[in-house]
Amino acid sequence: MILGTLEQSLIFAFMVLGLYISYKILDFPDLTVDGSFPLGASVVAISLVHGVNPIIAMILACIAGGLAGFITGYIHVKYNITNLLSGIIVMTGLYSINLRIMGRSNIPLFNVDTIFTSGNSLLKIILLLIVVKLILDLILKTKFGFALRAMGDNETLLVSLGINEKKIKIIGLMIANSLVALSGGILAQYQGFSDIGMGAGTIITGLASIIIGESIFKEMKFINMTLLVILGSIIYKFIISITLMMGMNPGDLKLITSVIVVAIMGTKSLKRVKRGVKFA
Amino acid sequence: MLNLLRLNNLNKGFTNSFGKTKNIFTNLNFHMKKGDFVSVIGSNGAGKSTLFNLIMGSTELDQGEIVISNKNIGDFPKYKRNSFMSKVYQDPSFGTSPSMTVFENLSMADNKGEKFGLTFGLNKKRKKYYKETLAELDLGLEKQLDTKAGSLSGGQRQCLALIMATLKKPKILLLDEHTAALDPKTSKIIMKKTDDIVRKEKIATIMITHNLQDAIDYGDRLIMLHEGNIILDIDKEEKKNLSVEKLLDLFNNKNIKLKDNEVFTV
Repeated sequence: MILGTLEQSLIFAFMVLGLYISYKILDFPDLTVDGSFPLGASVVAISLVHGVNPIIAMILACIAGGLAGFITGYIHVKYNITNLLSGIIVMTGLYSINLRIMGRSNIPLFNVDTIFTSGNSLLKIILLLIVVKLILDLILKTKFGFALRAMGDNETLLVSLGINEKKIKIIGLMIANSLVALSGGILAQYQGFSDIGMGAGTIITGLASIIIGESIFKEMKFINMTLLVILGSIIYKFIISITLMMGMNPGDLKLITSVIVVAIMGTKSLKRVKRGVKFA
Repeated sequence: MLNLLRLNNLNKGFTNSFGKTKNIFTNLNFHMKKGDFVSVIGSNGAGKSTLFNLIMGSTELDQGEIVISNKNIGDFPKYKRNSFMSKVYQDPSFGTSPSMTVFENLSMADNKGEKFGLTFGLNKKRKKYYKETLAELDLGLEKQLDTKAGSLSGGQRQCLALIMATLKKPKILLLDEHTAALDPKTSKIIMKKTDDIVRKEKIATIMITHNLQDAIDYGDRLIMLHEGNIILDIDKEEKKNLSVEKLLDLFNNKNIKLKDNEVFTV
């Protein structure tokens, strides 16, 4: 039970890392993730059914996710569609695309080779997560990473440094959504099926993980943002599995998640008002 | 042809929601030499900010051309113009990235106009230079390289913004009332630092100010805009004998119905 929850939370952590890029760094509430998560699962599922190597299938999922992010970013910067709406549009479109990719609403993966067919699955997930986290940490320390961070912080400054802000936005969303798709692809292999409905509420799950991580670990200097996000995702999953163990109806989970998000955000803003800090 | 910046026959009008067009500029011409430091004064609505927005590409031009170093930059997108020009805003928060440290901000500014690729972001080679430059300001910034820019005071942030804007020598520096939001003491420090940098690096600078004394004390050319026209253009020699009273007299002689106390602060 604990092992399963841990494994699941680490799989979700890939998605949360992606959301951390779009939501936290770029300041872009990207709803595309609700579509790119099952997109990754669909791509992996259909590839595996056709006998593609699981690693290559996951790379394909990343590319597909990146494309989804590209479209969201492109329609946002090119046609001035607001960031929320751009995400919703692409997410809605992706529903049909995912159905097209899979050919039906559900593909079981019990008789095909996945990355979890042999060996220790927890170890594999942890290794992959560490690699992705370290790469992300490195990217954020490069000049490009600085530009990403400045983008969400102060767009005026980014432009004044002679950087094409539109390009940065699009690339950021591409990275974010390829991570989300990767997460979906891994989860499909882990649970043994891909389902058209598995993306619903992805953004809220990710958001809950990020803000839980932030509210617990923010003050600790030795925990950097990517680690904080991963820890948040683990804690969130454990909260959920504890509520399930207490006999909660699984159908109520999404509602619980929403309530958690509002509760944490609400207490944060109340604290700020008490301290007399003005809202920025 | 020697002029660095040439604004030729600029036309710009704004259409309000009732479909009525108000012209800000009608055939405005303005030339500026390399290394010129021009202060611009004028009442509200004179077109000062619009002038900056047109140069920087924040507002689209109706007609005319903006030529910098013999290149018409009229079609350049905003970010491209920013790769060789800099602007310091009135609001200190525009010039820095608040969640990034002073060191990170400076390293970014040092890469202005160049590729932001996958090479290491912090510019450790220049750390010593940053420290020295910050120490000259005497605001204690040199000890705060690892502080987030958002935790600095307004004055400190504006200093940082000014240094960031000039770290990579721009062809043209635009200052949009960049000391107006600060207390008198910090405002003076920044004004002095601005003058130092502009003289030392010989950066062509246009400064909008509401402070007539500053407009007289700093810069080697003074321009007054009124209703989209340049009604006064005072050169270096004339400027030496200028005082605030004389300047106000000059306005009145031009028959501008301006109550000095209302519009200008001395």
